[in-house]
Amino acid sequence: MAVVSSETVSVANETDVVTVRRRVREVAGTLGFSLVDQTKVVTAASELARNTLLHGGGGVMELTTLNGPRLGIRLTFEDKGPGIPDIQLALRDGFTTGSGLGLGLGGAKRLVNEFEVVSRVGEGTKVTIVRWK
Amino acid sequence: MEKIPILRMGEFLLVTIQVDMHDRLALALQDDLTTRISETGARGVLIDISSLEIVDSFIGRMLGNIAAMSRVLDAQTVVVGMRPAVAITLVELGMSLTGVKTALNVDAGMELLRSAVDGEREFYGSRF
Repeated sequence: MAVVSSETVSVANETDVVTVRRRVREVAGTLGFSLVDQTKVVTAASELARNTLLHGGGGVMELTTLNGPRLGIRLTFEDKGPGIPDIQLALRDGFTTGSGLGLGLGGAKRLVNEFEVVSRVGEGTKVTIVRWK
Repeated sequence: MEKIPILRMGEFLLVTIQVDMHDRLALALQDDLTTRISETGARGVLIDISSLEIVDSFIGRMLGNIAAMSRVLDAQTVVVGMRPAVAITLVELGMSLTGVKTALNVDAGMELLRSAVDGEREFYGSRF
């Protein structure tokens, strides 16, 4: 899996969430993703960026474009927040510790091809998604 | 602060969302619309989202909230112009916008609002 390019976007406030969406859309468009695939990966990024902000107290997104075996986009959201004690529970639709609908994590998972959560209580959370073209 | 404009047309309120909204802007729209319905006695709200490139769970929840709040204030809400890619993504995300009336475009949405309001008038008689 060859990395073509990589960049980091800060996720520290609500405006950054909009920047994340715009940047992911631009890169997915450049890679030639279909409109539906662009929309799916941007929506997943929006959900995860909001999680990073609201539950993780802010963090960063690393945006990587991949080439091999296919073209793809990899997004890693990392925060140094409280962590997720029970990931299976957090992935379940309708489960929320905030005021949302509890669709963020599980919903984002359904919109991408690869999904991984690594979280340590008290240390932070790292969510990685990949959408292949 | 930035605001989404709300236009009044007879007994209806019209909103066209043309910017990528951050969450606070979406919440402000929800509050503004509820206030305007109550102030104007509007019978219907039409929200045009044809410019929106994505609807995530937050915006989806806002649309559901607006529909529910307007219903309690005796007004109907119709969301129009959702892009096909947005509809596909929204359903896959797990949101089906239950309780939100939708129409393909502004014309169809206005017709839906008019018939809903006329239907209520017939039902409740001439006091309207």
